[in-house]
Parts: sequence; structure tokens; C-alpha cells
Amino acid sequence: MAGSLLAALVSLDGAGHYFHWHWIDISYANLTVIALMVVTFVAALFVPFPGRRSKKETK
Amino acid sequence: MSSTEIDRQWTTRLRRRAARRLPPEKMLPDTQPAYVASWIYVFGVTTLSALAVVILSGFILALKGPQWWHVSGIGHFVNSLHLWSVEIFFFAMVIHLWGKFFMAAWRGGRSLTWVTGVVTFLTSIATAFTGYVSQTNFDSQWISTQAKDGINSTGAGSFFNVLNFGQMLMWHIVLLPLVAVILTGLHVLMVRAKGVVPPFEEKVEAR
Amino acid sequence: MSESPDVKVAPWTGPQRPYDIIKEGTIAFIVVAILTIGLALVFSSPDDPQVTVQQWSTKAPIDFAQTALSELNGTSGTAQYGAPYNTASAGQQLGPFTLAKWLGATIPVNTVRDFVVDPLTDQPATPALSKALAQWKGASSAQRTTWVDAYTKVSGKMTFANGTVSVPTSAAGPVPVMINTLEQMARSGALDQALVTQNGFYTSNFTLPLLFLADGSYLGDLAQQRHLLGTQWGMMNETGNYPGQAWLWLYTFWYQVPPFSTSANADIQVWGIMMLLSLVLLLVPFIPGLRSIPRWTRVYRLIWRDHYRSQGA
Repeated sequence: MAGSLLAALVSLDGAGHYFHWHWIDISYANLTVIALMVVTFVAALFVPFPGRRSKKETK
Repeated sequence: MSSTEIDRQWTTRLRRRAARRLPPEKMLPDTQPAYVASWIYVFGVTTLSALAVVILSGFILALKGPQWWHVSGIGHFVNSLHLWSVEIFFFAMVIHLWGKFFMAAWRGGRSLTWVTGVVTFLTSIATAFTGYVSQTNFDSQWISTQAKDGINSTGAGSFFNVLNFGQMLMWHIVLLPLVAVILTGLHVLMVRAKGVVPPFEEKVEAR
Repeated sequence: MSESPDVKVAPWTGPQRPYDIIKEGTIAFIVVAILTIGLALVFSSPDDPQVTVQQWSTKAPIDFAQTALSELNGTSGTAQYGAPYNTASAGQQLGPFTLAKWLGATIPVNTVRDFVVDPLTDQPATPALSKALAQWKGASSAQRTTWVDAYTKVSGKMTFANGTVSVPTSAAGPVPVMINTLEQMARSGALDQALVTQNGFYTSNFTLPLLFLADGSYLGDLAQQRHLLGTQWGMMNETGNYPGQAWLWLYTFWYQVPPFSTSANADIQVWGIMMLLSLVLLLVPFIPGLRSIPRWTRVYRLIWRDHYRSQGA
């Protein structure tokens, strides 16, 4: 009963999808994860941290 | 009993040394250096949080045994929690590693902090691997029969048998998590003892 | 040398700012917990059912019988493996180092005995099987080889019909009965049990059935459909569209490129490289050049931009 309520809203089962380029062969799931990691890393570098003492010291 | 006798006690020495290296204000600081102001600093604590969720969801799976999640909807959901917290754990840990690399966070006597971090990363990979081969499904059948060749080629297969489910489960839920948690604890204590690495000094270039 | 800016930094004596470490930890935990619950609710997790020997022999009876034969004639992957299962080969080597061989056959597997003869001996006796086993056990090893060779020679013409494996030879002694009975045993599910219960009633060791399964093509075919083969970067893949062990990308990468993609010693070579690279990562703080990359790339200027701005640097 509770089990059926906890079933996946978006099923990731079924045939996998793969990005294939020359000898590179990677699932879109892994590619998404890695891309998100890079995006998150870059965002962490650029997005201003709240409460940082920015404006006062710039002058 | 003289005070020098007390001074020489292992217990006294250990306590004094611990108190000197990690006084309460370092252990639980209420301030950080002004330069600690970037989102990159949140990935260490994110990794710790994910580790906590991994362990908590693992506890629930352990309560019911290794096959429960195949036959119970709730069990499957807890397995999902375990999987996704592991994905978040590695996600955050790798960004943490990138960040610490570009800060050269080993400077100022912090090289052992870096070393424990890398060993924790490698231990985590081994822990995740033993989890994958303990799933008791097609995944674990395929992964174990593939991985045996790599591990056997190093000779480690003679005592670390990836086809022995009981052995892998023990490594996954006892030995490796224990090592990972101890290493993580040491890593965090080192960070607290030494403080967050200061920026590169650029005064020369500034003038 | 030790005064290098990549090694030394003066302790911070500048300004501090309030930072509530416990609050930060609590918020991080709550965010991660909610994110995990959300991902688990939305995407669930994969659980492709296990493969049994019964399923294998039912879906691919010829592949099973050919694999059983390969265990008998010593051509299977396990039979020729070397350490830790047997001494049939030196195994992989890294230059002069045969690490596996040195550590020895600590998990002895005799494919004839463990995969064929012992399970058949566990079967309820039928006249045909009893006769075949008695014939096999009473024969010299040269005689056994002659029988197995005769069977192997015609095994390309093997057929499976009405639950029976047949080959066109009468020179194979008890081998046809043994292979056929093992096939029937497998299809009934009895072989799954026989392979795991060789250690007795309780068991948690699946070395034998997993090795047997891996010697056939069936498991590999299923893995190929799921894009899990080593040559498909399979190590980092998961069944379906789930993310897998993406952190193994570098490990699985080496298997795709020469010389490893064609090397008989690929496993130990790749392991050697990964051990070395792990050691390099571990020792980054001590390796000149490598430890200077952060200073040269100046990514830190972004991280500490407020600090440098406030310093007028």
C-alpha cells in the first residue's frame, strides 16, 4: 500500500540512452551528473555569497 | 603522589595535548576569518550531511536485512534514499576536492588534512563498490563477475573475494564505513585544529 | 624550497566574521535530506532482478550446455583462469610481477568436480545417471579426456529438443548423459541450489554459481543490452537511465584506449595506473609543479575576491 505510493514519479527504467562520440560512450544520466557538477562548481565560484562584506570594502 | 608524577601520566599528557591543539573555541568556533565567504565552502559540510543521510538510510536497510528492499515498497524507497544520498555524497565530495585543490588548501601545515581527505575519497569508492555488489540483483551479479578480474589481477582476490556475498556485505556495512567515518572525523578535527587555509599572499603584486 | 608559497602561509591575523557552524551544519543536513527524499520519490532506484541458472538454461539451453562442456573440457574462463581459482595459467602480469600467482590459488575451483560431477552426484539417482557417474568415476583420466574430446568434436552440431541435449556421437562414453542431466537439473532449478549448498545448509558465498554464470554468454548478453560491458564504459553505468558510479570514469576510460583495450594484462595495467594516479593525488601537496597549479591558474582570485578587493590587491 505504502509501497505503491512510493513508486517512482518519473521512471528511469527501460532502455538507457547513451552519448556516443568516437571512443567516448557515456550514459546521458552520468553525463547529466557530471555536467551538473561542473555547473555547480563554476556557480560556487561566481555566485556572490550572502552576507559578504562586498560594497563597503570596494571603495 | 607528586605533581610531576601526574604530569608524566599518559592520560594527563593526552588531555593537555588535546586541549592545546583543540580548545573549545577551535572545536566549535563562533567566527571564521573574513575571507571565508564563498559558496565553495559549503561543499565540505554538504558532503558530511550526505554521509549522514547515507548512514541513516543504511541503518534502516540493515534493520531489515539485505533482501528486504526487493520485496517491500518501503524497502525499495529506503534503497532509493540510500542510492541518491550516495550520488549527492560523491557529487559534493568531488566539488569539495576541486575547491580545496584550487585554494591549495594544504598550505600552512595542512598537508595531512589533504591526505586524509584523499584516503577518505578512495575508501568511499571502495565502500560504494562493495554496496553495488551486495545488492543481490542483476547489478551485483554483473558487477562482481566483472570486477573480480581487476581485483584478482592485483592478487587481492586471494583474500578479498568479490563473489562472496557475505564477505562483501560485511565489508560494506561494517569495515569500510567504520574506516570512512573515522577518517572523516580525523579530517574534520584537523580542519578545526588548523583553521581554514588563508588566501595566497599577494602583497608584492599589489604594489 | 619549504618557503614556497605553495607550501607555507602565515597564520591569519586579520579580521574575523561571525559564523554559526552548527546552524550551517543543520541547514546543510536538512537541505540534503530533503533533496534526497525528493530524488528518491521522483526517480526511485533500479532493481533488475537476479539471473538464475534455471533462467539461463531455460532461455538459452544450448549456451548452458556448451558452457557445461567447457567446464568439462577445461576451455571455460574459470578453468583457464589461474589464481586465485586454480593453477591453470600464470594469470595477468605487470612486467615480471605475477601478483595473483604469487598469492596463490586460495579459492580452489575444480570446474569438472565443482560444476559438473559434484552437482550430478547430489541428484536423486536414476539408472542412467548412476551408470554414467560410475563409468566416469571409474575411468582413467586419459579415458575421460578421450570421451570429452569426442563430445567436443561434434559439439558444434549440438541440438536441444524436447528438453534433451543431443550430439551425434557414440564415442563420448558417459558425457552425453552427464551434460543432458546437468541441463535438466539446471532447468528444474536444482543446480542453483546444488552450487550454493556445497558449503552446507547456511551459505552466503556465491563464488561457484557466479563463476559458472560468467563462463556462459547469457549473462554477458544481458549486460551488453544494458550497456554494461567493460568495452562500453560499463563500469560507470547503471541499468536503465539511472546515474551510475560516475566517479569511476577515469578507471573505465583506460580500458577503452590502446594499449589497454587490446592487452591481455589490461586489468593489472589499469590497476597499476590507477594506484599510481591515486598516489599522485594523495601526494599533491608534496609534488613541485603540481602543487603550484592553483597559484598559476589563479582560480583562487575568484574564491577570495572580496579579500583581495578589501586589500586593494
